[in-house]
This record gives sequence, structure tokens and C-alpha cells, in this order.
Amino acid sequence: MNHLLKNKKLASRENSVLNRLDWITVALYIACVVVGWLNIYAAVYNPEQPISIFNFDTNSGKQLVFAGFAVFIIIAILVIDYRFWETFAFFIYGFVLLLLIAVLFLGANIKGSHSWFRIGPIGFQPAEVAKMATALAIAKYLSTPGTNLTRFKDQLNVGIFMLIPMILIRISDETGQALVIVGLLLMLYREGLPGIYPLIIIVAATLLVLSLTVETLNIAIGLAIVGALVIFFLPRYQRNRKTYTAMGLIYVGCISMVLATDFIINDVLAPHQRSRIEVLIDPNSHKRGAGWNVIQSKIAIGSGGIFGKGFLQGTQTKFDFVPEQSTDFIFCTVGEEHGFMGSILVIGLLIGLILRLIILAERQRIKFARVYGYGVISIFFFHFLVNIGMTIGLMPVIGIPLPFFSYGGSSLWSFTILLFIFLKLDAQRSQIMSRV
Amino acid sequence: MQEVKKGIIQGVVILVALIYLAKLFYLQVIDEGYSEAAVSNAIEQVVQIPYRGQIYDRKGNLIVYNTPTYDLFITPKKARIPDTLRLCNLLGVTKVQFDSMYNVAKTYSKFKPSLFMRQLSVEDFARIQDAMVDYPGFTFETSAFRTYNTSALANTLGYVAEVSPKQLEDQEERGENYYRQGDYIGQSGLEKQYEEILRGRRGMKYIMKDVHGVVKGPWKGGAADIVPVAGKNLYTSLDVELQQYADSLFQNKSGSLVAIDPSTGEILAMVSAPTYDPKMLSGRNYSKNYARLALNPFNPLLNRALQGTYRPGSTFKTIETLVGLQDGAITPGTVLGHSGIRMNCHCGSSSSTLHRAIQMSCNPYFYHVFRRIIYNNDETNVFKKSKVGLTRWHDRVAKFGIGQKLGVDLPYERKGLLPDVEYYNKRNKGENNWKFSNIYSVGIGEGELLVTPLKLANVAAIIANRGWYITPHLVRAIGNPKGDPLPEFKEKHSVDVDYRHFETLIAGMSDAVRAGTVMRAAYIPDLEICGKTGTSQNPKGPADNSVFICFAPRNNPKIAIAAVVDYGKWGGTTSAPIAMMVAEKYIKGTVSHKGLERELMNKNLLYLPPPSPRKKPTPLLPKDRILIVENGKVKSVPATKSAYPQFSVYDFITMQ
Repeated sequence: MNHLLKNKKLASRENSVLNRLDWITVALYIACVVVGWLNIYAAVYNPEQPISIFNFDTNSGKQLVFAGFAVFIIIAILVIDYRFWETFAFFIYGFVLLLLIAVLFLGANIKGSHSWFRIGPIGFQPAEVAKMATALAIAKYLSTPGTNLTRFKDQLNVGIFMLIPMILIRISDETGQALVIVGLLLMLYREGLPGIYPLIIIVAATLLVLSLTVETLNIAIGLAIVGALVIFFLPRYQRNRKTYTAMGLIYVGCISMVLATDFIINDVLAPHQRSRIEVLIDPNSHKRGAGWNVIQSKIAIGSGGIFGKGFLQGTQTKFDFVPEQSTDFIFCTVGEEHGFMGSILVIGLLIGLILRLIILAERQRIKFARVYGYGVISIFFFHFLVNIGMTIGLMPVIGIPLPFFSYGGSSLWSFTILLFIFLKLDAQRSQIMSRV
Repeated sequence: MQEVKKGIIQGVVILVALIYLAKLFYLQVIDEGYSEAAVSNAIEQVVQIPYRGQIYDRKGNLIVYNTPTYDLFITPKKARIPDTLRLCNLLGVTKVQFDSMYNVAKTYSKFKPSLFMRQLSVEDFARIQDAMVDYPGFTFETSAFRTYNTSALANTLGYVAEVSPKQLEDQEERGENYYRQGDYIGQSGLEKQYEEILRGRRGMKYIMKDVHGVVKGPWKGGAADIVPVAGKNLYTSLDVELQQYADSLFQNKSGSLVAIDPSTGEILAMVSAPTYDPKMLSGRNYSKNYARLALNPFNPLLNRALQGTYRPGSTFKTIETLVGLQDGAITPGTVLGHSGIRMNCHCGSSSSTLHRAIQMSCNPYFYHVFRRIIYNNDETNVFKKSKVGLTRWHDRVAKFGIGQKLGVDLPYERKGLLPDVEYYNKRNKGENNWKFSNIYSVGIGEGELLVTPLKLANVAAIIANRGWYITPHLVRAIGNPKGDPLPEFKEKHSVDVDYRHFETLIAGMSDAVRAGTVMRAAYIPDLEICGKTGTSQNPKGPADNSVFICFAPRNNPKIAIAAVVDYGKWGGTTSAPIAMMVAEKYIKGTVSHKGLERELMNKNLLYLPPPSPRKKPTPLLPKDRILIVENGKVKSVPATKSAYPQFSVYDFITMQ
């Protein structure tokens, strides 16, 4: 009798977790995974030898297995006590750093880079979970009372939290994954980091593009004109030496930045990295080389028209004109086979997910959950921004997957873990309330 | 503050999504270029060209058929040539030729395949096929070239060649899109006339290929494919044996002979000399040979049978007789004197009957006949009288097809010239500026009158039929040897002259051959041939043109012939024996006068007028120009993308 009661109590607690889970997000998640799975099938479908979507020799069959395994991960996360993540945040961060170091020595050698652990048929990339661990660690750090992101000390500490994994990932030659961590600036901005930092990044990126396309002298003249205009519209009371000095410094800073870019692009970067940036400016500059990907990707997407060529009817992606068609360039298959309507659907799903997560993050009552929530948002957004941007030629080709759509167990699981830790935290927010 | 930041973040996310959607809208909906790029990327259109219909002669002998061959194409963008020298050796070209061919292809398009080498034999293909695997960007397409069982009939059969830019433009104007650059099309002769029947319908297969060029199956499951339809065969009325015999008589001569079966209008033989071997314009040497033929001063590409215009000379007296009798201007018994006429007479007396006039080809007699016809009306004013008379004469003569297109099933038939009132008004600059005395030479087949050998043969057939003809034609059945000719070739046309008048004429023609203007040595005792000689003035050459029309036998005629030999001097000494031998050969299978036959075959009457000093020498071809054939002329045009080269620079070097 007692035993039975206990079971019932357990069941009701379980129920309550499921009841409080944000099912809108879960639905968006499932939709993304299913749509992704169908497109993975289409991307590698060979009309000469049609193979079932469930065949485990194909990427789609494997992805189904990965998705099945993800269900277990989700159950595990929902079962694990929500306090675990906050409590062990630094521990997890440390553990992941160890993995990142270990993979450099123990990782499988894939084209000269060591970023994957291989256990039988399953590959695992520590860089994938490093994003989650960094977000957890920073959330934990910022939830300590008294931290303030306007203070240099805290900015520095947070910067170190980000830099260590970035450097380690960069050493293992996964520049794209390292850059994702920069995306966490969005989270930091929400948590009080002055807007000047993201602004500097945006200005720097703009100057980078300009320095590649426009003569340095012209940039200098252009900036001088902008400065003159600023002074002209400046209120009289601000026209003092201090302002002018600041503007002069900014000007010098910008010009040095441009000169430095030239220097770095031409003398520091490896040729393949330089070509990636050059291709962003002009895809035709390396038509058969680095630009090939961008051109073929645009052809695939552009040929889809409004309604696309139909499921499995694409020709550009499945016939290898587009590289990495089931992983990084999965969006090409969507664009080709389902056209502009398919593009709207996929962008709608991902943006819907991100906007939903912003709502969830904002309603958190403890800082740890909110900061972590924005961490998830930042990571998803950065992936979305870069991945789709590169397929349509608006971003350089940086090899990072499209969350939930791209083929790969490692990425699907790490995104699932990332998302469901937050959903678990969100589901428990009333308990947290009661506890406080 | 937090709310503002949240708003900024949401704003940034939505802004990025909108920018991406805008870009996607541009890529997918607005810019069409990507769809085209995708098609050229992954879908290969494989053209399936059906075999062209074959051509047979009247005895069922195959004249024209197809030999399979391979064309080598290059797509410059995809071409990787690790070892140019080896490739040159393989293809049997020099480095210079290779480079120029490559440049021509590159000028045309970097992405589209261009013809690189035409018509590799099956043996050559087998030899180089394996080695070509090392040279991506080169592809083979099966094709076929026309092959001939005879070296005769070049102008009648015509030739097949690449469609010209002009023809493509014309096609576009007609709103059609069948031919593409590099396609073959019948350019002359039967090949042109029956192009749509012979070519069949081209098929098209859409095949998907991956980035490595590996075939991935039919596009849309083959639903968009077009099945090719084979071309239909042509069964002609030509007699190859007779044709070759007639050709042999025209060795070293320029001129033409047309033989018709008068009862059906079927053309049995059609000589146009000098001619060429039809093989020359088929296969790989087309461009080289075409240039040679086009530049040949004897103009072998001209089909003289229907494009050569001649004065009919005295052969026109046959029509004049019939028109005069029908018009009532003369009767069979009319005797006319010779005095006061500025014309020579061959009959050796001061007056003659109609019969003798025909037999001896009496010019003064027919001067009077024409005068009587022209003045056979009630007008009193001599100028008006001439006009009324000429109109009547014109309408009667036009019924014989003179000055009209007969409608033979060959392209480029010339009308010739039958002057009418309007013509003379224009020529004499006024309505009342001319009368009979200005136009009398037309009455004996000289002056402005121009006919083609085909028309003359048709006149012979009209006389043989005593008053009607079926439009001369070459194709007696399409697709099935027992089929029918086109409906217009079954219709009888009457010339509206009474039967009895023909008998009067034919009696004279019979005697002209037996004991008249035809040379004695040519007379064939056991075959009654009725003929009329003509000697038409040719001031440009060393001698007059020799003209002759005839039919045989007199009753139930089997064959009607017209022969014209340039500079053959007298009708009775050159074209008459030739035409009569052809008639005898056709009816009896043998020729009686072997000595005369040999003599005629060996006679060399070729004559080349001195070249006019204005003719420019062929200019050297600059690098940025290419050679094409336009309206039958070799021409150099700027090497633009729309102009597809029909000759490579290599051809031009050899031409020089």
C-alpha cells in the first residue's frame, strides 16, 4: 500500500514536469528534427538506387538512430534534478576543457585535424558540447551576487571563460566552432555588457569587409567625412577637446584596424582562410576552388523557385554539386526541393524557436537560468546566422551545422542537451520560486 | 533597461530573418539565372538524331544512305588537357590546328559544347575512345553522314550541311525552334525539298548527371523525353543507269539534259554539267570541298537543269507553230516567202511550207508566223495592235510553262523570262514606243526569251502527249515504294491546243530528225524520234549554244528529252545526237552509233570566259573572324557568340 502510494506520488511528480514543460518549444524542436531528417534523406537520395529512408546505411537512417538516442538524452535530462547543472557548472566546464585537451592527443585523425573522438561507428566532437559548458560556466559566474558586467574585472573573467575553450578548439582546427563562442556576446549584452562591445565587433567586421573591397585611402577619406558630419551635428556643448580627442583616437583606431586587416589577410592567414574571406566578397574569384561551394549552393537554392522542385526531385544537392549537402549545406536541399516556401518554413521554425526561447528566458526568476537561456539563444542564433548566411552568400563559408537540421549525432545531441537543460530549468521555475 | 535590451535582441533576430528572406526571395523567385545554371549543371540533354530517310531510284537501287559516325565535342570550361602533344597525335592534327580549333570553340562558348572534330569514322573512334578518358571536357556524339552509291546526281540529290546562322534566324522569324546550332539540314536538291520528310523528328533524352559526370538516371523518370521518329525514304523516278550514261556524254562539257517520262511527268535523268561527286559534300571534307566547289569558275554547284537560263533558239518554233495554228494565224498549208527578212534561212529555197519550215528550221518562215500572230487582231494602230497581239501570244505560250515556275520538287527553280506588254513598255520606256519590228527575234526563240532545260523537256513532253503535261517531278513515292507522289504530281495540265495541230508539228519534227537539221550520222532507223534543234546565240563564248528537244517513239512516247550544250555550236550536231542516244539507250538499252558516241564523249567543249578584272582575291582570314556559308556563299563574319563557325581556321589554311 505504502509502496503503491509512493509510486503514485512519483508519477504525479513526473507528470508535473511534463505538464510544466514548454510544449511549444518541444513542438518546434520536433518539427525541426523531422524536417531536417526528411531533407537529409533527400540530400543523399540516389534516384538510380532508391534506398528506404529507414535504411541504416544511409545518413537518414543513421540520423533516425541519433534522434532515437536523443529521446533517451531528453528523458535523462528531465529526470536529473535541475539543481545539478547550476551546482556542477564549473565542474562540467572543467571536464569539457579536459576533453578538448585530450582530443588533441587521442582524437581520430581526420584530414590532419584532431577534433573527434571515435568510438566504433559513433563520433563525438567535444567542441560541440564546449558551447554548452561555456554557457553554463558563465551563467554560474554571473549568477554569483555582486558580479557586474560593466566592471572590467568581471568582463575580463568572462572573457577568460570564453577564450580558453576558443583557443583549444582553434588548435584542433575547428575555427567555426570556436567562433560560435563569440556569439555568446549576445548573452553578455543582455546581462549588462555595455553595447559598445558588440558594436565594436560589428564595426570591426564592417571595416574588415571594406578593407578587402575598398582602397585604404578611400576608407580613410570616407571615415574623415563621417567624422566631419558627426562634428557638424554635434551639440555645441559637446564640442570640446575631450570629444575631439576621443574621435581622433577612434579614427586612428579604425585606420590601424584596416591596415592591420590588410596585413593579416595577406601575410598572416593561411591561403585557404584568405580565400574564404575573398570568396565572401566575390564568389567568382575562386570559381572552382573555395567559391565553388558558394556558387553551387546559390544555384541549388536559386533553382528552387517559389515552390521548389518537389521532394527528392532536386538535382544540385544530391548529385554532389553542393558539398557537405547533408551537414553544413543542408539548407540547400530545402531551398532546392521546397523553394521559397520551404525557406520560409525553415527560417520560420528556427526564428520561432529563438523568439520563443527569448520569452522563456525573460520569465526566469533566477539569474542562472536566464543567463543560460540567453546562452542557448546566442548559440542557436549564431549558428542560424552563419549557416544560412553562408549558403546564400551573405556570410563566409564557416563549417558549422544548422541546429537540428544538419546530419550528425554529435551536433544533434549537443543541441538537444543545450536546449533541454534550459527547458528543464524553465519547467522548474515555480519550484525555484517556492524555494527562494 | 533590460526591456530595451530584450527588444533590441528580438529586433536583431527578426531583422536578420527578414534580410535572409529578402535575399532568398531574390535568389529563388526573382533571379531566373540560377534555374538555368542548375539545368546546365545537372541535366544533360542528349539529342537523339534519327537516321535520315534513304533515297532510291526507279528500279529500286539504293542511291543515298547513312554511315554512322562520331562527332567530337569540346566544352572549353570542362576541358583538362594535361598533354597537348599527345592529344594532337591522337586526333591527327598539328598543334597550330589544335590551338585554332580550341580558340574557335572558346569564342563560341566556354560552357556549351562546341564541335571540335566532325565525323570520326567508327575505326578512328574505336582507336581514340579509350585514350580520351584522360581528357575530360571532350565528349562524343553519334551522328551519321550521307553516303552515295553513285558519283552522279550531285545537284539533284543536293547535300546536307550544318544549319547556317541565317537559317536559324529565319527559323526564329517563323516562330519555330527545331534546328539548333550545329544541326544538319538539307541545303539543296531533294535533301532540301524533302527535308522535313527525310529528317524525321529528333528525339531528346534528359539525363541527370552528378558533379563527376556520372549518369544518375532519366530526369523526371523520362516523362519529358521525346522519342525520335525515323525519316521516311524517298522513291525517286530517276534511272541511275540512264543518268550515268547521260553524264558520260557530258564529259568535258557544260550544259544540261533533262529526260522525262511524258505520260507521268517523272524525271528519268537530270544532267547538269560540269558536276561533282556528291561524296565531296558529305563527311569530314565538306567545308574544304565546298569552298573549292564554290570557288570553281565552272560553277558545279549550279543545277543548270532548273537554274541555268538559256535562249531556246529554234526549239521555240515548236511552240510558235502550235500557237500560230491554234490562233488561226496560219494553217498547215500556209506557204510563206523569205524575201526582205533579215534572217538566215537553212532550207535553201525562196519560200516554204510549214512542214518544211519545221524540218529545216526556217527562220524567215517563223518571222512571218510570229508577225501573223502578233497582228492577228482588229486594232488599227500598229502599236496597239502589237500590244493586243503580244498579250494573246504571251497567254498561249505561258500555258507551256514558259516564264513560269513549273513547280518541280526541287528548290531554287528559275522562272526564266517570257516577255509581256509590261516588260516591253518598261524596256522601251513608254507604251507606244515599240511594235512588232522591235520584238520579232522572240518569235524564233532569241531576244529576251529565257528558258531552263527543264522547261524545254516539259515542252517536249507536252508535244509527246499531244497537248498536256504533268508537272515534272522526281519523287514518285514517299515512305513506301508502292505509295503515291504528292497530289500535285498527278494532275494533268492542258495547254489548250487542238490535237490535230500537234500531229502537224510532230510530222515536221520527225522529218527534222530523219532528213532535216539533225546530223545524218545520228539518225536511228529503227526508232522514230521526233525532235527540233536549236542554236541559240551566245555572244560571250566561242560558239553558240546547242539546243535540242525530242521525244520517242512517235507513238506512245516513252521519253521526252531536252539537251543544252554550251558552245556546242549547232543544235543538230551536239545536243541532238546526245539526246537521241539517251533516248535510244532508255528505250532499247543499247546505242547503235558507237563511233559517234565515242566521238561525243571525247569532245571537249569547256570554255572559261576571261575572269572579270573586278573580282577581288579571297582575303586572308583575321583571327577574330570565322567562315560561314550564307545563301550558298562562303563568307567571313566576326567571331561573335551567335555566329557558329562552319569552317575552322584549319580549313581556311588549306583553302589558301
